Amino acid sequence: MSLAVAAGVERAGGTGSGVRWAEWQLALPLLLAFLAFFVGPLLILVVVSAFGDEKITLVNFAMWRKFLNDPFYWKVTGNTVKLGFLTVAATLLVGYPLALVYLAARPGVQRLLLFIVILPLLTSVVVRTFAWIVILGREGVVNSVAMGLGLVPAPLRLLQTELGLVIALTQIEMPLMLLPVLSVMNRIDPNLLDASEALGASKWRTLFRVTLPLSLPGLVAGCVLVFASSTTAFISQSIIGGNRLVYLTLLIWQESLVVYNWPLASVAALTLLISVTAAIAAISLLGRRGMRHLHA
Amino acid sequence: MPRRVSPTDLSYSLVVGALATIAIFILIGPVLIVLITSFTDNRSLKFPPTGFSLEWYAELFDAARSGQIHRAAANSLEVALWATALATLFGTAASLAIARSGRQWARMLDTMFMSPMILPGVAFGLAALMYFTFLGFRPSLNLIMLGHAIIIVPFVVRTTAASLSQLDPALLESSASLGASWFYTLRRVTLPIIAPGIFAGAFLAFMASIDNVPVSLFLSGPRSDMLPIRLWGMIESTLDVRVAAISGLFVSTVILLMLVMERVVGLTKRMRD
Repeated sequence: MSLAVAAGVERAGGTGSGVRWAEWQLALPLLLAFLAFFVGPLLILVVVSAFGDEKITLVNFAMWRKFLNDPFYWKVTGNTVKLGFLTVAATLLVGYPLALVYLAARPGVQRLLLFIVILPLLTSVVVRTFAWIVILGREGVVNSVAMGLGLVPAPLRLLQTELGLVIALTQIEMPLMLLPVLSVMNRIDPNLLDASEALGASKWRTLFRVTLPLSLPGLVAGCVLVFASSTTAFISQSIIGGNRLVYLTLLIWQESLVVYNWPLASVAALTLLISVTAAIAAISLLGRRGMRHLHA
Repeated sequence: MPRRVSPTDLSYSLVVGALATIAIFILIGPVLIVLITSFTDNRSLKFPPTGFSLEWYAELFDAARSGQIHRAAANSLEVALWATALATLFGTAASLAIARSGRQWARMLDTMFMSPMILPGVAFGLAALMYFTFLGFRPSLNLIMLGHAIIIVPFVVRTTAASLSQLDPALLESSASLGASWFYTLRRVTLPIIAPGIFAGAFLAFMASIDNVPVSLFLSGPRSDMLPIRLWGMIESTLDVRVAAISGLFVSTVILLMLVMERVVGLTKRMRD
């Protein structure tokens, strides 16, 4: 695809008078809408975070100092970042093998797998979260099976635990990991895999020396999407995590809509934004390092 | 000649197969379980249900007992339709301008238009609430619609750009050399060819709006209740079994829509590419 794009660019640039692809003015309406309703609000967020009181009258960065000096807020931020990385790890662990099966499957099976991946993505987040309550609850599927088999004497407590939340988020976020990976895998030349096998490489060796390096760009994109989505998944975090597990989203919601301390909520929102951006930058950097390393 | 499977290859098949099976169960299990649960005759969410009935669907469709849910669903639909229309119009136009321009400004605009996919929705929701409040607006469906339109634009921009990148420039050159104006070429050549891409993007954008929580959470008020927010309230408070019926309805509708969209625009392939 990048080749096609490059070719297109050359043509569009080369034929000054002939074909203009489209007028640049066509981007103006969306640009103005973004400036007014996206950039504007985000700037307000930065401005409000500088105020030190709930009435928004004093500019003294008191909320930033309060936030940065309180170990509780550090813990909440740390938990949020940790949740993001745990979800990324879990979706990678089970998602990537599914992508490998997809790669080796016949076209008909591939279509079915794609359907299985996309169906949960289009099913509302609230519905998916609700499904996990049915599964992880006291009388839920997991406990019925575990107690029926005599594995545990009493119902396990899975809701309102980090483990339960990570399991639920694994399902909720897995499509975001898989779609970019499948997209990249679809462009892998099957001859490469055949060649690797014909030259006597084991399946493990083919995986680590051929398939994995070639699908790394998709993996990086998937990790970025999953991290971003799981750290901001307010509904899943609040319903399955409950009040015992506090994440930045819950803090932002409480401070802004329950306590009405907008400056502190803004500080928490910017902390979330900065953490996510930093984590994404780290993931992309690791991905680039990995690609250089593998291609060297 | 049958090939002998080496132990390492066998271990590969076992490990990858087992993990992939877990992945499939995790992906599809909850969807099926919620569908089955919605037919329970019980007041609890015990699984498997002790008996089956349609009573929760009946209660859900009862206008007197579920009026608030109906209003929230109608609001969500109205907002999603308008937000999708706006996002499709603006997003398609922007894609036409930037998709194949390699210039610096085009890449910067593309990054900006795609950024709602990555930036925390909750941060944007709070920002939008404060911004509109300072401008003197009260929470309303119009504001939610604007917020949704911004958040869902990336879906339209992405699928439209993908269609444009596969469009053969020779077609446009022939059209131009035959004397067609820029606008005529757009209307008669470009748009018809990229229409399935736009349509697929609009569908995904619509689903994203229906599903949106972060913006609705901050901008909805008592008179502008949205379905996901109401569902959240129902789950948090009493664990109403009607939620299971709504979920069942949701799952069946999505399956139906997916099958239709698959036939019309080849949805799954577009989402993968």
